[in-house]
Amino acid sequence: MSRAATILVGGEVTAPLKVLDEPLSFWGGFDSATGLIIDRHHPQFGDRLTGLAVHLPASRGSSSASSVLVEAVRAHTAPAALLLATPDQILLLGALVAYELYGRGPTVVLLETSHPIAERHPDPWPETRLTVTARGELQLHPSGARETQEE
Amino acid sequence: MSPSSTDRSGRTTAAGLDLTTDERALLEGDRGAGTALAMRIVCGLASAVGASTLRPITSAHVDGCLYHGPSSLDFVRAVAADGAHVTVPTTLNIGGIDLRNPDTFLGPAAEGEHAAELMNAYVDLGCEPTFTCAPYQLPGRPGLGTHVAWAESNAIVFANSALGARTSRYGDFIDICAAVTGLVPDAGLHLTENRAARTVFRLEADEEVCDPSLLAALLGHVVGRRTGEDIPAVVGLDPAIVDESWLQAFGAAAASSGGVAMFHVVGVTPEAATLEDATQGRTDTRTEAVSVADLREALRELSTVDAEGALGAVSLGTPHMSAERLRQVADYFGGRRAAVPAFVSTSRVTVGENPRAATELVSCGVRIVTDTCTYVSKVMDPRGPVMTDSAKWAYYAPGNQGYDVVLASWRDCVDSAVAGRILRTEPQGV
Repeated sequence: MSRAATILVGGEVTAPLKVLDEPLSFWGGFDSATGLIIDRHHPQFGDRLTGLAVHLPASRGSSSASSVLVEAVRAHTAPAALLLATPDQILLLGALVAYELYGRGPTVVLLETSHPIAERHPDPWPETRLTVTARGELQLHPSGARETQEE
Repeated sequence: MSPSSTDRSGRTTAAGLDLTTDERALLEGDRGAGTALAMRIVCGLASAVGASTLRPITSAHVDGCLYHGPSSLDFVRAVAADGAHVTVPTTLNIGGIDLRNPDTFLGPAAEGEHAAELMNAYVDLGCEPTFTCAPYQLPGRPGLGTHVAWAESNAIVFANSALGARTSRYGDFIDICAAVTGLVPDAGLHLTENRAARTVFRLEADEEVCDPSLLAALLGHVVGRRTGEDIPAVVGLDPAIVDESWLQAFGAAAASSGGVAMFHVVGVTPEAATLEDATQGRTDTRTEAVSVADLREALRELSTVDAEGALGAVSLGTPHMSAERLRQVADYFGGRRAAVPAFVSTSRVTVGENPRAATELVSCGVRIVTDTCTYVSKVMDPRGPVMTDSAKWAYYAPGNQGYDVVLASWRDCVDSAVAGRILRTEPQGV
């Protein structure tokens, strides 16, 4: 499966896909020291986002989320990619600053609203890896598929 | 090339942006590496939000001086490279410690030192050491139609709504980059067409259902929850009860429970003389009722414990207390002494200009907290629930500091502080 999307920050990346069931505020909801979701009200409380391609259904929360994302990049706990349904300025800024300071950071991708990940169907996406190509194509590799190289 | 393209390093190019010769010179490093970095961030945001040009600002309010980790210091040092400096008048939001009373900080010593180092680094960039989340209480605040770059959600919503100044929802990083370059993307709430109300809220309850300031907090919480990031208009309120403290409490609540960056109160706020003004003539707005039951639910959501019994502490002044309210609270204490730890957060400027009210409060046993806030900085160690009049404090303090909280009117908070236990007369009707 190959679908177009827009890379806002960063470049090609392949990582396991993680679809969040609810919006997450990185400030107060994500621990940059551990990479874990620490919002007790979030259905995926306790899950680790480090190194994953994380789909966020909507933006939420404080503008300090950008600082938390940069701190996570510094501490090597950040997601590998953020897949957004809307161009969330807060997370985008965090990613831009991370690249400026540390030369690395999550690839930030804006999905088309009709994209199956954005529509969260099928749900969930077990054991699926996702590649974002440099041209902004998204390729999903179901469990066991090994046609792409690890990052 | 796409307007939001990045090169392989992740650095955003200025593609799709129509820059002036002077703006391009900033990007090319004519004013040094720090300013060039700031310009790349401004241009990166502009590309992402689809702006085709940048717009000059007259002032900035910077929130980045609150410490989040070593990267906070890494960033401010990178911006300061080659002597970069703010180019417009720039105020600073609260930091992590009361800089003039560092001994009041109860957290780990290293954390306090980092917080102070970051606050001072922003002052070194030319920012004024205001350290307040209520820059609209400082002299020289922006007026109707003035373009500014403000960070801190309650300041943003107050600037747009109560002052009619124009700022998008800026936050960490972009705030100081705007201050250094004097530029922001010409998008969002800088554009008239994006300032129209989409949802109209009508209070279907007697305004005397509770104290006006508590009504502001509860109504703001409900409206924020239901609005998301849209612009709400509130109709049907008596303009006489809607003063600046009311707008401050309402906006802070709505910007905490939702992403509200601007609201209108029809008949009160400067871009809402009429409902038609507020909606800019749009007919596709939806109308929602707010009932007494909704206010009751908000009160329940914002209190983590039952509103009776033992009291650990009282915290007023989130966002920072105005000079007017400081006087009212001092008068209401009337020399009575607090029986539990009581805190009032306000700015060093407000204390400096109102020394008598501050002194009276201190003589009643109240601790005045400046430069920071009681839910951000560890300055209290309550042995029971904390009472507050702030929906914002009630929203964040349980998660940030692990405190239990009871929301009440500020008069009930004062009476409870004096009694040493929770007394709640408000809201009578809720």
